[in-house]
Amino acid sequence: MKQITFNHVGETVYEQKLPNGLHVVILPKQGFNKTYATFTTKYGSIDNQFTPKGKKEKVRVPDGIAHFLEHKLFEKEDGDVFHDFSKQGASANAFTSFTRTAYLFSTTQDVKKNLITLLDFVQSPYFTEQTVEKEKGIIGQEIRMYDDNPDWRAYYGVIENMYHNHPVKIDIAGTVESISHITKDLLYECYETFYHPSNMLLFIIGPVNPNEIMALIEENQANKTFKQETELKRFFDEEPKHVAEKEKIIPMHINTPKCIVGFKEQQVGRQGNELLKHELAMNVLMDLMFGQSSNNYETLYDEGLIDQSFFYDYSEEESFGFSVIGSNTDKPKELAHKLFDMVNQFRTHPLNEEDFLRIKKKKIGSILRSFNSLEYIANEYTRYQFNGMNLFDTTKVLESLTMEDIEEVLQQHFVEDAFTVCQIVPKT
Amino acid sequence: MALVDERTSDKHQYRLHTIKTNKFKTISIILQMKKQLTGEDLTKRALLPYVLQSATENLTSSKEIRARLEELYGATLTCDLSKKGENHIITFRLDIAHQRYLFKETGIFEEAARLLSDILFHPKDGKNKTFDEKIVQKEKRSLKQKIEALYDDKMRYANMRLIQEMFENEPYSQHVYGSLEKVDAINGGNLFKYYEQALREDDIDLYVVGDIDPEQVEQAADRFFTFPSDRKNVKRASSVQHKKPQHVKEKIEEQEINQGKLNIGFRTNITFSNEDYSALQVFNGIFGGFSHSKLFINVREKESLAYYASSAIESHIGMMIVMSGIDSNNYEKTVSIIKEQLDKMKNGDFSELEFDQTKIMLKNSILETLDDPRGIVELLYHQVIANVTFTIDEWLQAIDRVTRDEVTRVANKIEMDTIYFLKGEGA
Repeated sequence: MKQITFNHVGETVYEQKLPNGLHVVILPKQGFNKTYATFTTKYGSIDNQFTPKGKKEKVRVPDGIAHFLEHKLFEKEDGDVFHDFSKQGASANAFTSFTRTAYLFSTTQDVKKNLITLLDFVQSPYFTEQTVEKEKGIIGQEIRMYDDNPDWRAYYGVIENMYHNHPVKIDIAGTVESISHITKDLLYECYETFYHPSNMLLFIIGPVNPNEIMALIEENQANKTFKQETELKRFFDEEPKHVAEKEKIIPMHINTPKCIVGFKEQQVGRQGNELLKHELAMNVLMDLMFGQSSNNYETLYDEGLIDQSFFYDYSEEESFGFSVIGSNTDKPKELAHKLFDMVNQFRTHPLNEEDFLRIKKKKIGSILRSFNSLEYIANEYTRYQFNGMNLFDTTKVLESLTMEDIEEVLQQHFVEDAFTVCQIVPKT
Repeated sequence: MALVDERTSDKHQYRLHTIKTNKFKTISIILQMKKQLTGEDLTKRALLPYVLQSATENLTSSKEIRARLEELYGATLTCDLSKKGENHIITFRLDIAHQRYLFKETGIFEEAARLLSDILFHPKDGKNKTFDEKIVQKEKRSLKQKIEALYDDKMRYANMRLIQEMFENEPYSQHVYGSLEKVDAINGGNLFKYYEQALREDDIDLYVVGDIDPEQVEQAADRFFTFPSDRKNVKRASSVQHKKPQHVKEKIEEQEINQGKLNIGFRTNITFSNEDYSALQVFNGIFGGFSHSKLFINVREKESLAYYASSAIESHIGMMIVMSGIDSNNYEKTVSIIKEQLDKMKNGDFSELEFDQTKIMLKNSILETLDDPRGIVELLYHQVIANVTFTIDEWLQAIDRVTRDEVTRVANKIEMDTIYFLKGEGA
């Protein structure tokens, strides 16, 4: 077991790769009541074209299947595994993102028992035609719930505008139509392909003894047999650099219009430290441009174009990336124009060093604050690992950022061809 | 060792609570200002914190305040409004990185406390007994937009409508943002008057959570938090009149939406200071609080009617809400399942396993809440609202002592009051 201490943030992690390929990370946090564990596979909604394990031909699976599989994995021959956790005093949950599916529990007692339950249920799929059919009703309601949510529609609307082919444009849950094509055999095929231990990471954080926990996991895994580790083949269609749609207007039954603008990342494929540095530079840059201490924010707020719902964000994974900026607004069209102009203005004006240093300080504080949360550490550590980065290197890389780094991402990311707008407007 | 190391000192004009713990990498300062809900000044209260955090005597714009916070290693300042029982609460939160993790930094806690103090006691233009008119106008616009946007999130909207219907003609029916009609009449002058009144009359609690030296915090508090000397002796607890529903009120509205939102309000007739409160918590857990609960199992798992089906209690008004998102044509079926499950609870028809499991999960969730600085304050502040004192350990023990009979007795006190259904058009 490898032990690594990150002095600047006061954390020590214990890591090991087991013989079956499973990556285990333990982070002891004394003083906390809760232990939080996530068991995550590097498989999300975008993985819809791949070569199934043991086969030669590539397949394309129905939209929403990774999320459907997440729901179904909880069901076993003798009932729902949710209840096993709750009998053992733990609350269990799961989520599917574009690139990951995570199963998790949190508890203040019986950590070991719950950990074994987590490993065992994720590693023993049980699907029947009948239970698959029943789940279609529940997920159908989940899809409809999001359909009525204007914030969610605006966010996914802008991503949909950006992409021609990339599956990030497809709703994680799929549609009522697409999930109707899901069968138990398809679920097994996805499971066999993506739930191999070598494609997964187990993270445990809380008041635990790392040696005992590691021994327990090793024993549990040694008693199971898995197929030989083979290379995973995923396929993505060619994706142009420019956006697919410049604008979309969605009428909904609401009072206050919303506007989100987005820029599609022009250069994808970054991993490891290159990705870490790039996303930090993007984060610092967006704070400089639109943070609450910026001239732009002040102007937008003073002119009544935004309110307290204003937000901005940058996301990047290996095969896609984008920035989004948005708010509730009375004047969605004007806001979109203004945001675009502000970005262009920023591109032609030199960065201010004082602002840059202050934003760096701000980021250090906000990283420390997010380390209060066990959930944040577990989820982000996993995302970082899957992208070849280490969460606890963040402050170090942040310190090393220069104004030139910021200038570079500014010129590279915010280009006209990458710009798109999604408005949600009241139905008349 | 006690689960929470809370020291409370009565500062005569307000209460200071220090909670020492080395779990967190930050120090949190949380200020709660509470006032009984009345229609008159609610909208001013909703505006006040946003105007205050926009400018001080020294930092004359929001931009300058935000830059100062960034200088202090990204300290975050947020304010928000909430309703607990018949109280309207303004909360300011300031979180700051602990200096231990910052290279060569000292005294940033004091700097943060000074900033919060300036925001509270030295607003821009305060010397002229008014607020900056431009700022007031800007925040009025923003508040109006927030009030209007309440309509847009249908889950929250249905919840708000249920409460309006259920508490018609009662103070609790009002939303924490106040009302659209009252925004226009507010100006720098009358808002400032209200502000002075709030400083004199609100019941105020200041919490500091983190790896702190309580004595040092106390000194800082004495230095930075001096409320007006003519503060009234504030009455702490407010008692709630439990109204008896004569019949179940049913309100159905139609909108062009994909999923119907079913929200049902019940009178529990039990509040936080009541001796039945722990039994009510256990009741709610078995009924609809968790994923092993009756509502989740019967509405979602057995019938596939919904993605969510749950219940929650409001601790200080004596209300329970059941919420579910369903197809509009499943309305009757869902309501009848919910009624059936409540009847089961009234008849003591729940298993030993459901009962034990719920207690474990309840205690679990309280303990987990203590792993977050805001959560700690949230739990402790219930006691201020209800004017009771006990330790968290005692709370957990009280849950342990709840009997099956008590849960059944509590179930029989619960009365359905109002059904609100927001249904899709043409369904």
